[in-house]
Amino acid sequence: MTSPSATADVLAPPAESDSDNYLTHDKGILSWLLTLDHKRIGVMYLMCVMGAFSLGGLFALLLRTELLTPGRTIVEHDTYNQLFTLHGAVMVFLVIIPGIPAALGNFVLPLQLGAKDVAFPRLNLASWYLWVTGALFLVVSLVTNAADTGWTFYTPYSTTTTTSVIPALFGAFILGFSSIFTGLNFITTMHKMRPPGMTWFRMPLFLWALYSTAVIQVLATPVLAITLLMLIVERFVGIGIFDPALGGDPVLFQHFFWFYSHPAVYIMIVPAFGVVSEIIAVFSRKRIFGYKFIALSSVAIAILGFLVWGHHMFVSGQSVLAGTIFSGITFLIAIPTAIKVFNWIATMYKGRIHLDTPMLYALFFLWVFSIGGLTGIMLGVMSLDVHLHDTYFVVAHFHYVMMGGAVTAFFGGLHYWWPKMFGRMYDEKWGRIACCLLFVGLNTTFFPQFILGTRGMPRRYYNYLPEFQSLHQLSTMGAYMMGIAFLMVAVYLLRSLRKPIDAPANPWGSNTLEWRTVSPPPYYNFHDTPEVAEGPYEYADWVYDKRERGYVRKASIGS
Amino acid sequence: MNTMLALLLGARWLGARLLEGGLLGRLVAAAAPVGGLPDPPKVPPSPWFWMPNSASNFASATDGMFDALLWISLICMIGLAYAMVYFCRRYRATSREANEPALSQVDHSNTLEVTWSIIPLFVVIGVFVVGFKQFVDLKTPPRAAYEVHATGQRWKWGFEYPEGLTHPELHVPLGKDVRILIQSVDVIHSLYIPEFRVKQDAVPGRYTELWFKATQVGTFPIYCAEYCGTSHSDMLSRVVVHTPEDFKAWVAEEIRKIEAMPLAELGELTFNQSGCSTCHSLDGSPKVGPSFKGVFGRQEKIFGQGTITVDENYIRESILEPQAKLVEGFPPAMPTFKGQLSDRRILGLVEYIKTSASTGEPVPKSAAPGSAAPESKDAPPSNSPADAKGGHP
Repeated sequence: MTSPSATADVLAPPAESDSDNYLTHDKGILSWLLTLDHKRIGVMYLMCVMGAFSLGGLFALLLRTELLTPGRTIVEHDTYNQLFTLHGAVMVFLVIIPGIPAALGNFVLPLQLGAKDVAFPRLNLASWYLWVTGALFLVVSLVTNAADTGWTFYTPYSTTTTTSVIPALFGAFILGFSSIFTGLNFITTMHKMRPPGMTWFRMPLFLWALYSTAVIQVLATPVLAITLLMLIVERFVGIGIFDPALGGDPVLFQHFFWFYSHPAVYIMIVPAFGVVSEIIAVFSRKRIFGYKFIALSSVAIAILGFLVWGHHMFVSGQSVLAGTIFSGITFLIAIPTAIKVFNWIATMYKGRIHLDTPMLYALFFLWVFSIGGLTGIMLGVMSLDVHLHDTYFVVAHFHYVMMGGAVTAFFGGLHYWWPKMFGRMYDEKWGRIACCLLFVGLNTTFFPQFILGTRGMPRRYYNYLPEFQSLHQLSTMGAYMMGIAFLMVAVYLLRSLRKPIDAPANPWGSNTLEWRTVSPPPYYNFHDTPEVAEGPYEYADWVYDKRERGYVRKASIGS
Repeated sequence: MNTMLALLLGARWLGARLLEGGLLGRLVAAAAPVGGLPDPPKVPPSPWFWMPNSASNFASATDGMFDALLWISLICMIGLAYAMVYFCRRYRATSREANEPALSQVDHSNTLEVTWSIIPLFVVIGVFVVGFKQFVDLKTPPRAAYEVHATGQRWKWGFEYPEGLTHPELHVPLGKDVRILIQSVDVIHSLYIPEFRVKQDAVPGRYTELWFKATQVGTFPIYCAEYCGTSHSDMLSRVVVHTPEDFKAWVAEEIRKIEAMPLAELGELTFNQSGCSTCHSLDGSPKVGPSFKGVFGRQEKIFGQGTITVDENYIRESILEPQAKLVEGFPPAMPTFKGQLSDRRILGLVEYIKTSASTGEPVPKSAAPGSAAPESKDAPPSNSPADAKGGHP
């Protein structure tokens, strides 16, 4: 029953798909702003996240330019402090946290489930509006007197500075709810709307990753909301919670903040694991190695991630006992993470590897994420962290993980699903060039920062001792390279949209359900609810068809 | 083999360029008064590529841990790179049209999974145990340590010695256990001495501590490592390690110097030590606060209170009640120095601002030996005068 209809979908005449897909189904700006279609909401998220990414990237380039010389290069010290605060806040709250789950996840999750939409489409739209509102608050803070506290808002600095901290805090507060709503929606959708035959262990690993992420979003984000609210109350009403001058405890804020923000690191990276799992299997034409280990390691990371926040605070005056427990659990997280990397490598063994752009991004991810992970072990050692804490070593470490991990996987996923989202193939040659330039740029930017850090250069420094200048300049050169690479990506992706629809239903030969419908998908996603009789990584039945310029399923298979 | 050698030599050359600071050249030679010091500290050259000079009892343990993890990481990364490149070459598909199936569809092996879980587990347990022991050492000051009180304040460090001396630099005797009791009077700061591998946050409302035993005579930078606002990156100081005899002599000399100083000179010392120079320039360029150039006798517009003339009483009031009469266009950023400066020091500041700070004339130096500069005689020569006079960056 399934296979003929699935085949029919794949082979549906292009004329029909042209006339009706989710992009052309309704017309007008209101049909977008009031849409309940998860695909359109995903695309709107994508546009917004990309806009925020450009803004955050611009801040980063300004920061790196300022650091070309010690002392003043282009801006004053206060402006520099505001720039790194906004760079951090925009990249964390507006880009990396919603990037994969809200932009790619919204588009892909229901399709991978063979469903028509998420469980609560209205809540989904509401979470997009919350994102926009939160972003507006950050912009208000930006154009008034931007906060200069760092994205961590440490007290008592944040309660005493004269900059407009409250709009920024309120923005982050609202963005938290956007994140919670998305998480709730995804959990419910995965529990209730899996198609017939899709058991938990037949779900694509991207969905396992999104599930783990959603659990963290729902459980950890309220703590951030409460913390930020307490901070607002302290600033507005003068109730002493964190400010020692009012009888509060400034370190309490750090505990609250990291109780959210460490799990939030996993909100950023776990979906990236999901994307990489999909890409490596599909482009190796091989069943993913250790499916259950990869799936459950995401869950393990999500759970353990709640118990390690104190490793941000080894030199804060926290007790030795607390530090020891946090350090120990931090090391445990290395195990599920290592399991993932080993399984991805094992998947490539004896596969048939296609080095298209998404796969290049996945390999890129493996390399830089491993560097990020291994330097994370160094930072988890309490004695070594005493030296490295709050230096450029930490900056390099988390950029390797966040930029090299989360952002790289996001771009890998974007290239992987781009044909499905917009029905156009991007320019493969430029895709590979940009990816390689990005790889060189990223390592040139952040590797010197490891050396800066071990040699004692503290972070968040506007001015620095002249001994550090060369490494800073090298780092800035790398940042310019990355800027050029991202510009290239923007140009060839946008150019592809001017072409007529040319993407096949399944350009990469994937066996997950989103590729069983035409590209771009029709408004209702599937003509018939697909049934699932096998795992998501069975590629034997998909053969490349030259006329289609994509993969089609052998008609002979039965369900 | 030759390629490897060339690569290694190339890396060495690049590394040397990087660490000497000569990649694009010094675009700007910036040296400005920072953290209450007339000139910024210098980073002494290090024999290591990664780590700074090793100057305390903790350096070898911390560096040993770093080296061990660096080697483990290198082995992991080389293995990963080898596997990635080898698999991509060996198993690369020729084309999509060829429709080659994977050579194997083996998708699990419990033996492998257990192996690559257990081995890293043992490694991290080992690392954790050693790191824990080292951390306990870092956190357990010996009972009979020499105690110095450190105070963090935006944006300067102050060190108070048991002999009754307060100084913007940390001076310690070689080979003696030193315990630093740290506090902050405003926001969180962090006392960081890279050459000693120690760091500890200064948290308002409580004392924190760190300890070390210096193992090398010399001068090393001190940084603030916790972001604290506008001039966070100028909140620097230096630690000077003396031999025990020199240290005793230094303390005695410093105490004697301050008692014997003429007023304007005491004022200049206080100007440098109390962090005034972080916000007030002497060359006319406005920083966080107004410049002192030509300030005495000037008519200033006071926020909401009309115009006043800067006289001795206005200067005194601005030191003790900084928010009382704010010059228009400047933020209310200055902390009060009430109770922190002796009457004689305040008088000295008034005298200093009235005379040389205002006019640009150098302070007439008293004949007393060693009283010219707030610097220790052990401190390395400061940057050239041309550098030191450069405006605030």
